[in-house]
Parts: sequence; C-alpha cells; structure tokens
Amino acid sequence: MPEIKVTPLGAGQDVGRSCILVSIAGKNVMLDCGMHMGYNDDRRFPDFSYITQNGRLTDFLDCVIISHFHLDHCGALPYFSEMVGYDGPIYMTHPTKAICPILLEDYRKITVDKKGETNFFTSQMIKDCMKKVVAVHLHQTVQVDEELEIKAYYAGHVLGAAMFQIKVGCESVAYTGDYNMTPDRHLGAAWIDKCRPDLLITESTYATTIRDSKRCRERDFLKKVHETVERGGKVLIPVFALGRAQELCILLETFWERMNLKAPIYFSTGLTEKANHYYKLFITWTNQKIRKTFVQRNMFEFKHIKAFDRAFADNPGPMVVFATPGMLHAGQSLQIFRKWAGNEKNMVIMPGYCVQGTVGHKILSGQRKLEMEGRQILEVKMQVEYMSFSAHADAKGIMQLIRQAEPRNVLLVHGEAKKMEFLKQKIEQEFHVNCYMPANGETTTIFTNPSIPVDISLGLLKRETAIGLLPDAKKPKLMHGTLIMKDNSFRLVSPEQALKELGLAEHQLRFTCRVHIQDPRKEHETVLRVYNHLKGQVFPFFFYPPRNGLELIILR
Amino acid sequence: MKLRYCLSGHPTLPCNVLKFKSTTIMLDCGLDMTSTLNFLPMPLVQSPRLSKLPGWVLKDGSTFLDKELKECSGHVFVDSVPEFCLPETELLDLSTVDVILISNYHCMMALPYITEYTGFTGTVYATEPTVQIGRLLMEELVNSIERVPKAQSASMWKNKEVQRLLPAPLKDAVEVSMWRKCYTMPEVNAALSKIQLVGYSQKIELFGAVQVTPLSSGYALGSSNWIIQSHYEKVSYVSGSSLLTTHPQPMDQASLKNSDVLILTGLTQIPTANPDGMVGEFCSNLAMTVRNGGNVLVPCYPSGVIYDLLECLYQYIDSAGLSNVPFYFISPVANSSLEFSQIFAEWLCHNKQTKVYLPEPPFPHAELIQTNKLKHYPSIHGDFSNDFKQPCVVFTGHPSLRFGDVVHFMELWGKSSLNTVIFTEPDFSYLDALAPYQPLAMKCVYCPIDTRLNFIQVSKLLKEVQPLHVVCPEQYTQPPPTQSHRTDLMIDCQPPPMSYRRAEVLTLPYKRRYEKIEIMPELADSLVPLEIKPGISLATVSAVLHTKDNKHVLQLPPKPPQPPASKKRKRVSDDVPECKPLKPLLSGSIPVDQFVQTLEKHGFSDVKVEDTAKGHIVLLQEAETLIQIEEDSTHIICDNDEPLRKQGSIF
Repeated sequence: MPEIKVTPLGAGQDVGRSCILVSIAGKNVMLDCGMHMGYNDDRRFPDFSYITQNGRLTDFLDCVIISHFHLDHCGALPYFSEMVGYDGPIYMTHPTKAICPILLEDYRKITVDKKGETNFFTSQMIKDCMKKVVAVHLHQTVQVDEELEIKAYYAGHVLGAAMFQIKVGCESVAYTGDYNMTPDRHLGAAWIDKCRPDLLITESTYATTIRDSKRCRERDFLKKVHETVERGGKVLIPVFALGRAQELCILLETFWERMNLKAPIYFSTGLTEKANHYYKLFITWTNQKIRKTFVQRNMFEFKHIKAFDRAFADNPGPMVVFATPGMLHAGQSLQIFRKWAGNEKNMVIMPGYCVQGTVGHKILSGQRKLEMEGRQILEVKMQVEYMSFSAHADAKGIMQLIRQAEPRNVLLVHGEAKKMEFLKQKIEQEFHVNCYMPANGETTTIFTNPSIPVDISLGLLKRETAIGLLPDAKKPKLMHGTLIMKDNSFRLVSPEQALKELGLAEHQLRFTCRVHIQDPRKEHETVLRVYNHLKGQVFPFFFYPPRNGLELIILR
Repeated sequence: MKLRYCLSGHPTLPCNVLKFKSTTIMLDCGLDMTSTLNFLPMPLVQSPRLSKLPGWVLKDGSTFLDKELKECSGHVFVDSVPEFCLPETELLDLSTVDVILISNYHCMMALPYITEYTGFTGTVYATEPTVQIGRLLMEELVNSIERVPKAQSASMWKNKEVQRLLPAPLKDAVEVSMWRKCYTMPEVNAALSKIQLVGYSQKIELFGAVQVTPLSSGYALGSSNWIIQSHYEKVSYVSGSSLLTTHPQPMDQASLKNSDVLILTGLTQIPTANPDGMVGEFCSNLAMTVRNGGNVLVPCYPSGVIYDLLECLYQYIDSAGLSNVPFYFISPVANSSLEFSQIFAEWLCHNKQTKVYLPEPPFPHAELIQTNKLKHYPSIHGDFSNDFKQPCVVFTGHPSLRFGDVVHFMELWGKSSLNTVIFTEPDFSYLDALAPYQPLAMKCVYCPIDTRLNFIQVSKLLKEVQPLHVVCPEQYTQPPPTQSHRTDLMIDCQPPPMSYRRAEVLTLPYKRRYEKIEIMPELADSLVPLEIKPGISLATVSAVLHTKDNKHVLQLPPKPPQPPASKKRKRVSDDVPECKPLKPLLSGSIPVDQFVQTLEKHGFSDVKVEDTAKGHIVLLQEAETLIQIEEDSTHIICDNDEPLRKQGSIF
C-alpha cells in the first residue's frame, strides 16, 4: 500500500532547528533546515548523516523547501548545502530569498567574529548556497520534476513566510512552517484552500494557548512602556530585526504620535534601515491596509524611531530600545540587558517565544540570578515582562487551519511534547483524523489509499451519463466497461470497443431450452402472455419480444 | 468541439469567447480607442481656436449637423464627449460568460462595460500588477474625460443615412452604433472588485472541468499568456508577448508546447521598426531639441514603456549634458505608477530582482526623483505651474492627443519650431492624432516602441512550440495593406493558420475521445485482470458511476440489501443501483478436445463429436442436449434446465 513517511530531524516535540524529512511516492523532500538557538555544540544543527550514511545528499533528496527566514528554519542551510554537500534545488519565496542571506551573515558574524568559533560556514558559502535557491511565487505550481510539484500559500508570521503543499500524483502533504491565523498591524492572515492533503504537518508552538484579543495585548504593552518611560526608566525590547520588530515599531510610532511623547525610541544595528527597506519593496506581502495606502503614506517610514548607537545605552533618562537578537542569547540585546538589569526602574519586554537554554528563557521562567560567561553572576532587578506578540497560530488558529485544509492525517511539530499531547487529543476528537507527534529521529508512516485515474472513452461515458439524465437521475447506476491495461496506461472502454481494439471477435453464447406449456389459448396469445410475465421480472436476461408470434427467444 | 466567438476585430486589443467543455471563457476585453480620433480634442483651458470652429455644412447647404460636427484643419470632427468602440455584445449572451481571463493591463480597458452592463456574474482572473496598473490606466482615462465637462453628446451623425453623407474617415467609421461614452469610477471599482488575483503558473480549476494557468509573457508588468486545458486538450492563448529583455519577467515559452490549438493575438503593430533603434532615435531627438532651447513633449500612457524610457534617459542624460533639464511626468496617477513599479519585484526580470535583494529600488527613476531630475504632478494645475521651467521634457497622456494634459501642451508649444513632439506609443496613427492641430510649426518625430513579437519571432516561436493548429486575426494572414509586397510580414506556418474577424464564430478543429475517471481503491482491488495478449491485460469493470463537480468516480457496487426481516414490503432503497443486465465479455473459440475432456470430467460419459462445415457439434445424448460450436459462437440446445447450470460452471 502506498505510504508517506515523515521523520523530524529537528522540531520533533521541540521548538528550534526545524528540519523534517518527508518521503512521498518515491520522492524525498526536506522541509526547512534550521538551527537551534539553545545549543552551541553539534546539536545546534540537524544530524544530516541520518539522511544518508554514504552517498551524496543530492542523490537522495529531490528538493529542499524553506518556509521563512527565521534562523530556526534556515540557519543550517549553508552548512547543509556547502559543508555537508547538497547541489539540488532549494525553494523559498522572494522575500525569504532576499532576507535569508542577511540574517545568515549576521548569525555567522556573531558566531565566528564575536565568539571566535572556527569550523563554521563562511560568507562565500552563504553566497554559494543562495545560488542554489529558486524563488517561488505564492500559489505558483512549481514542477520540481515530472511528478513532484510544490505550491506556496501565504502564512502571515513574518514577511515572505509561506506554507507549502507537496504533491505527487494524487498524494499530497501540506507543511505550514510557522503561521499566524489573525492579521496583525503589518501582515495578513495565513490562508490555504481546501486542498485535502493526506497529511498536514503543522507547527504547534501555542498548542494550548488561546490568546486574548490582540487589542488588549497591544494596550497592555503600550501601558507598560508608557509607565516605565514616565518614571524615567529604560525599556529594552529584544527582537529579531525583521518581523515583530516592524509590528511593534508601527505600534509605538502611532502611540508616540498620538500622545506626543518625547522620550527617544531607538532601533539597534544597521539592519533597521535595510529591514524597513525590504518591507517597502515587498509591500505586496503585507496586509491589505498597508498595501492600499502605501502610495500616500508608507508605514515603514518612521519619524520617531532612530538608529541606536552603543554609547546611547549609558545616556541618562528614559528611552526605548529595540535590540537584536530576540531571545537575549547573544549580541547587542544581551549587552544592553547586562547594563540595565541591575536597575529596578528599567524593564525588559520579551515579545516572543524563547528557546530553552537562552537567557530570555531563563528570566521568563523566573530566574533572577544568571551565571554569565566567566562565572560572573548577574542579578536581575529590572522588571521582566512577557508579551506574546509572536505571530504563531494559537490552538484556535491551528484548529481553524485544519478545518480549512481538511487533511486526512495531522502531524504536529515545532512545539513542546506536553502541549502537543493535549492538542493531539483535541484534534482527534474534533476531526476524527489520526494525529501524530514524532520525536526527533522517529519515523511516522502514514498509509494512503489513492484512487486510480484511468482514461474513459468519451463514448462510454456519454452513454452512461445520458442514462443518468433520465427522470430517476439521482439514483446510482451500474455501468459496465472493460479496462485495457497496456504498459502503464489504463483505459476504460465499452466491451465492444475493447474487442475491436484488440482485434478479437466476440464469441456469442446462446442457450435454447424447450419448455412444454399446456395452454388452451391460441399459440400467439400464449407466447405473448409468457413474454409479458417474464418482462415484469427483474432477471439478468435479455428478452426479445416474440417474433412472428410464434417463437419466444430468451438469451442469457 | 470548441467554439470561438470573436468580439473585437482589433488584433492587439482582442476580445474573444471560447466555449470549452461546458465552460464559457472570455479571453481579454480590449477597448478600441482609435474611435476617439474622430472627435475634437478636449482642452483643459478655454482654447480660442477650438471654440470658434465653423460648423460643418453639407454639400447641399443644409446645416442641421453644424452643432455636432466641426471643421478643423481641413478635417471634420465630432464635437462631443469622445466615445470608444466596444466589443461586440450581440453575438452571444454575455451573461453566460463564466470567467474572463486578462492577459495584460492594456487588454482590460473594456472590462467595466462587460461586467456592469451585460448581466455578467462570473469571475475575472488577472495578476496583481495587471489589476493595479489597469486600475491606474482606467483612473487616468476617467479623470481626463470627466475633468472637462462637455455638455454635448452628439448622436445625430451616427444615423446610417446621415453617416453616408459625411466625408472620410467619418463616413467609413465602423460599428458607430456600438460606440459608448467612457465609464465612471464607481463602475471601474465595481468591475475591479470582480477580479481574482492569480500568480504565474498557478493552476486554477474551473468547475472541475477546465484548468487555466497564466504564464509570463514578457511584455509588461504582470502580463500573461494563458493555458486553457483539460486532461486531453490544450489551448494556448498568446496575447501581447515579448522576447526582448526590458523590465518584465521573460516570456515562458516552454509551457506553450504540445498545444492542440494556439490562439495568437497582440503582435507588434509596427513590424518594420526595431524597438532598440527607436529608443536611440528618441534619445537623440530629445537631446537635440533641448540643446537648441526647445521643449520636448512625449504623449504616453502612465505605465509601461515610460519606465524603460526613463531608465534610458537615466543612463543618457549625464553623457548628453542634459543634467539640468527638468523632466516632468504629469498624470493623475503619475505618483502611483512610479511607486507601484517599485513593489512588483517578483514580476520583474532577473537583473531588477537582484537589485531588490540588496535592497535597492528596481527602477532607477527612484534616483531621478530623489535628485529632483524627474518631478511628477497630478495635473498642470497647482504646483506644476509654479515649478514649471523651460526648456523641459514632459511625459503626459493621452497618446490619442484628444484628452488629458497633453492637449494643453500641444496648444502651448505647437506654434514654435523649436519644440518637438515625440510619439512612442504605437496604438494611434500619429498623423491622425495630429490632424486637429495642423498646421503645426513644432517638429513631429515618430519613434513607435512596440516590444511585442514580430513575424520573425513568431515563426521561430511556432517552430519551437509546434501547436497542431494556429488561430489568429485575419490581419496576420496577409501582408499589411500599405506594404502588400512584404510577404514576410504575415504568419507563415503549416498547416496555415485559421483566421477570424470581428463578429465571426469559429469552430476549432479538435475532438477529444477520452475523459479522466477515478477508480476507487476498493473497486481496483476487486478487479481481475486477464492477460489477453503479451503486455495487454483486460478486466471487466462493473461499477457505480458517480459524477460530481464534473469529476467522475467509479465505486464498488454496494452489496445487495438483506431481505427485510418483516414481511412488509420496503421501498427499494435509493442506494441500490438499478441493475442493467451485464453481458459478459466472451471472445476466442472453444478448443473442442479440451471441452470434451472437461465435460467427461463432469460426468457426461456419452459425449459424441461431429464435424460440421463451420465447426463441431457436441452431442450429450443422455442429457438430450446439443451444443453447436463455431468459431465465434456457441449454441446450447436442451430440454432440461438442470445441466445448464453445470454448463455455466465449465465456462
């Protein structure tokens, strides 16, 4: 029986290092190629030796698909393609293709230049890797080869994020990447058509959360920032350069404008300007409101938000700083955090999910004494706030997507095991489909039962459907035909045509039975009576009406 | 069988309807605007010259038309709101059109007439750039006509009896009864709201019967050719395609292969001009005029070739010493057009895409604007009049010279021989466009830039994609009327193309013989294939046919229902299929020896075989049965019912 096999190399009952292998109808596809923020050793990249021990990855994989530019979805790509070695096609959307190399370069710089790691991918490798990338449009059907086709859908989440449908013949898998089912201040909501995949692989970051309305969260966020600034404190908002940052910038920009606030807002690193430029050039990927008004007013041109300089961190007085990266695991956000952590007037707002092992995760789980590099202990006195602004679908959103796509099976990745368990039950209860949640390295096999497409001769079909047009049209009808199987083609034709095509003559089988009937009536009348009687019976016989009034022929 | 209705005779502004597998598909709805050339220009400011024109008087001296027709520069023009020639609306009931496929923004200008006036209830498919820029073109059109209120709407001259008496070209104007005034913005918005956005290579299912797919055509931002196909037939609709590398994504030729029918429209209107040469001539004429202290007027559409011209000028102005000459782009949609051009990275050629990845704006006009070399204004009123410096270069519409800001500049600059008007758009004859402005002192240069396919490229394309049949407008099957010796300026292919003309219905030659049907896995499992010939197997299929949304599925027939426990007669359930008798498929001849052996095995001991002329007769004396065996028939004759069953089991 045909089957689909799925093995997560990363993101199996875990968040980070997304990398999922899918085998469908003899084709092997790798979904995402991410790194893990929580590790600095081998575990940060997926174990590609799992795919093939000896032999080239290119021979084994038909294609690689990257869902969006976050490093936990594309961070291992240059390592995978240039250091392990893969020369096949890599598919991603245009914005992802544009932004991905910049984030990779940023990541490389932090790892190599700041932490002094060797044996890491180089700038040239990032460039060479990007040469293997084929950019795809939304809804475009990309023919990877003659049988394998993929199609991208809008996923919200970040600029250029996409869900992908992978299809071979009539079997298909849909992979959501990270997605968001509610439109936010700069992006639209994820959407997929009723594609009825055999398997839907969905993220489940917020498997158990049902979030309150966005408006409340925004009001809360603004209130907290405002209060801190009013009392002269500094607000640190660790973000990734692209994504939430733009949404929160739009939010603060409009608030500052409305309230006529004077405290400076800064955005760290040189990425800002560049990042906003990407949003301007790829404005067709943002939400409808921004797209509609961009000619009059481009939402990504900020008046109140200025570039940050390292020296500003020591300035007296209130300020708001957006700094990268978002999980406080390295770079500028961590530096500023160390400077400001000791003052209880200050505040750090974590607007997104933090992976285990990062400073962000530690302070969010209540830890207030942190061991830093060199055994230093950092005491955190500043206020720590968590606000879920990450654009992942919550439980309600995940259910909504399943309802949209109508999959036959669901597989959860990119979430925590406990929460997945809960969602899995809910999905199985509500949709009566199987739901799987394999751990990393564990293979899930799903049996599919595809129907077989054949060619039916138009003559036969028309004959059959013409019968269907009779008054009793709704009632199903039995049809008879002959299936000709030759090489790999299947054709359904009428029995007569099949014989004709194969040059065979029909063999006629007749059966004659003599029956003695005693009847006082005239010969002619008797025959007619017998005929009328038999005609009324449902028998698998052909009846020929009496000819010449003398003979009744029954043929089987 | 497919029928094609041709609703527009204009080869570059097509409007055709295709009936294909029970769907009715309209291909483009182009609006023929050449009709406006018969009207007087609409000046933005009171023009003493145009307002004092004498009314036209018939030869017999009757003056009943002098309000409607004016004599100007030796020609007669209609003094009225300009009107456009609509596609045919009577040839078929347009409310039955299921979908409209748009190939590029120039070919959708009649959309509001179709969607708002014919009872159309279907969907329109187009790419995002096509819709956005198409909206700008319509907005500009509506705006330039509505801003000059004209009380008069002439209709008397259209009377057939009257038209006969008029001088050419009014006398020969065709379909004047179909001419209509411009639509309004609410109608434009209503029409555009019926559009569904699509991307290149997106497969769109129509009612489960037909699949349509837009392909990049290389002509303009978002321009597309369309594939219309079922499982067994493929129609390619090629409209406005280009193989030149300008700003749009290159043309997708490979996907056009294996077409049964290829409909070819929208070839270049100026087959003898080389676009590159024309751009060179454009630049040198522009530079010369400006150097001599004159102004340059470029009548143009607000999107399209203007992007390429600005890019050429960007590279050219410094070397030509034109850095201080202001460039003005005047259109109600100038700003939008320039902004929109920068956000369609995915629809651009490779070079421009790479720039976006940096991230830099793909078109250099961003820099021209930043450095104040290019300025754009919604109209000549307002800021423009303060900033206006001469000598300068003005890009403005409409290319017909009948409405829009261009009319003002023609009146303003026409009298000086220092100035030049350069025609780059190929849609209007420049001499006809200039007619109401004659006599002119200003220089007129004709540099039509039409990047669409020429006949050499077409014949190469056809050799490459090899369609079974080519269908095209009749204009492409003969040399242009003015150059009848140029037999190279027509489509040359084998078999010769089928041609069409306005208001004609064409039956396309192709007949399909098969249809897709799906066999459910349970049914497939139950089939018993029999190898009849080496490599060929047959299986008899008896199944229930389900047809839904034009998809056919064969299912295992349900098991016969259990006889009801109660004696009460139940109505036959709807699920039980009506049994049409199955006639088993029998073929071949019966090997007599084997047959006899089998009979003996079944206990017939007294089998007797007689040879006849055509075969054998087998006699079973005890059973009083006679079996006639011939090459392709077997006849069993008996008296008793019982052996019959056994006979059946042997077969």
